[in-house]
Amino acid sequence: MKEGLASVLAEREERGTQQDKKVLISARNFNFYYGKFHALKNINMDIYRNHVTAFIGPSGCGKSTLLRCFNRMFELYPEQKADGELALDGQNILAKGVDATDLRAKVGMVFQKPTPFPMSIYENIAFGVGLHESLTKSQMDERVEWALRKCALWDEVKDKLGQSGMSLSGGQQQRLCLARGIAVKPQVVLFDEPTSALDPISTAKIEELVSDLRTEFTILIVTHNMQQAARVSDYTAYMYLGELIEYEETDTLFIKPKQKATEDYITGRFG
Amino acid sequence: MDITARRKLTNRVALALSLGAMAFGVFWLAWILWDVLRLGVGGMSLQLFTVDTPPPNSAVGGLRNAIVGSLILVGLSTAVGTPMGVLAGIYLAEYGQTSWLAKATRFINDILLSAPSIVMGLFVYAIVVSRMGNFSGLAGVIALALIVVPIVVRTTENMLILVPNSLREAAYGVGAPKWQVIKSVTLRSARAGVTTGILLAVARIAGETAPLLFTALSNQFFSVGLLEPMANLPVTIFKFAMSPFADWQRLAWAAVFLITLGVLAINIIARTYFHEEIKR
Repeated sequence: MKEGLASVLAEREERGTQQDKKVLISARNFNFYYGKFHALKNINMDIYRNHVTAFIGPSGCGKSTLLRCFNRMFELYPEQKADGELALDGQNILAKGVDATDLRAKVGMVFQKPTPFPMSIYENIAFGVGLHESLTKSQMDERVEWALRKCALWDEVKDKLGQSGMSLSGGQQQRLCLARGIAVKPQVVLFDEPTSALDPISTAKIEELVSDLRTEFTILIVTHNMQQAARVSDYTAYMYLGELIEYEETDTLFIKPKQKATEDYITGRFG
Repeated sequence: MDITARRKLTNRVALALSLGAMAFGVFWLAWILWDVLRLGVGGMSLQLFTVDTPPPNSAVGGLRNAIVGSLILVGLSTAVGTPMGVLAGIYLAEYGQTSWLAKATRFINDILLSAPSIVMGLFVYAIVVSRMGNFSGLAGVIALALIVVPIVVRTTENMLILVPNSLREAAYGVGAPKWQVIKSVTLRSARAGVTTGILLAVARIAGETAPLLFTALSNQFFSVGLLEPMANLPVTIFKFAMSPFADWQRLAWAAVFLITLGVLAINIIARTYFHEEIKR
């Protein structure tokens, strides 16, 4: 298992991760509760700008829960509560004055299952953009094309932008959802197990996009696939039972984990 | 008897019972439709649509005033009841959810949904007709709208609840405020079901007689004034079918045929529309 990961790490391109380590997101004494259940315990971490950070860990460890805090998605459910500090660009996003819709324009999200809106491919992308910017028709056309090109979907859909987003295949739908997310020009894109409902070829395309997009966006990805984490990420966080066990550069975490628990998990002895 | 043979026997018995029940239901339905067709088709003519309801034993007679009256009553009550019902359904599914107000509203709505339509008629008689001093189309519209609202509330809420939360989250995820999420995403993805609910409500009120007896009553002349009694098909059927005059009875059957045809058409439209939307 570990050898497999090592070869995955060796195969991926050499990337210049070390140069500019600027912190974009930081969690300080962050706790999260589902009702009385203490789901995230005292999380402290810094997430770096224009890097890909992966969250791994067994089911129920809190990795998706944590991801959903970065855009305050948990607020839709009244019984879920967060405390502590979660800062984006130095500003605590959990503070009262921060508007969730503005925050979500800065922090986009791609979900586990493709969720195209019940409208045309074009409108799927224009919808989010129109909420935050007033663009002319031609500016909007440009933005839609830009987003679709970024997500390697333009050539497949340029002749049928008026068709329903639901008419696309699962993999295309997921890329449409990604295009929809980045069209708003967020700083951060959250991926919540984005490939778990996709076939291997679509998965490879999404992974490639994740790697490409890190030059422009800061990417956080939750995955239950360790190879995927090794392939796409610069940093990896291992979580277990609501705690952040180890958070390191991906190479370090997979090859020389400091914690015994991390090693047990990545070598498949547990989890 | 071994277990396989017993399983097969049970299967056959269950199949026979359900087939029998279906045949029993379809038998009566087919009989009704056949009689409506047999007795109604005889009354079909162009006169039906160009001449008003006649006095007894006259040579010519049609249903023009009743047809127009029914269209006005059904059309207006749908136009009034649908927005109210859809908005209330949105409140229950998206805003109120499990709050006490939503629970109370849901409970009252369910009572209204199963209330006999004659109760609606008497209620509107008491608060509108008796105060205005005469039967009127307006009172008929109110009574029918009161039947439309609970049906539309129920179907709208049910259809919105079926929309997966992941779709709502995705819309919030691009920074949409709640009303935008509902308008552009949730309601839009439930529109086939909501529309079907509205059409079924229309089909339901098209044949309602009891609430109209106490409200719009009937009018033997052509009238589109909402403050006067308004002719309509159900009450005309009631009046003409009970009469001893052969030509009135013939017209009653023709009216029954028209309503049946209309309701059937609405049902078919609702169902095909729903299926088309689901496929997309």
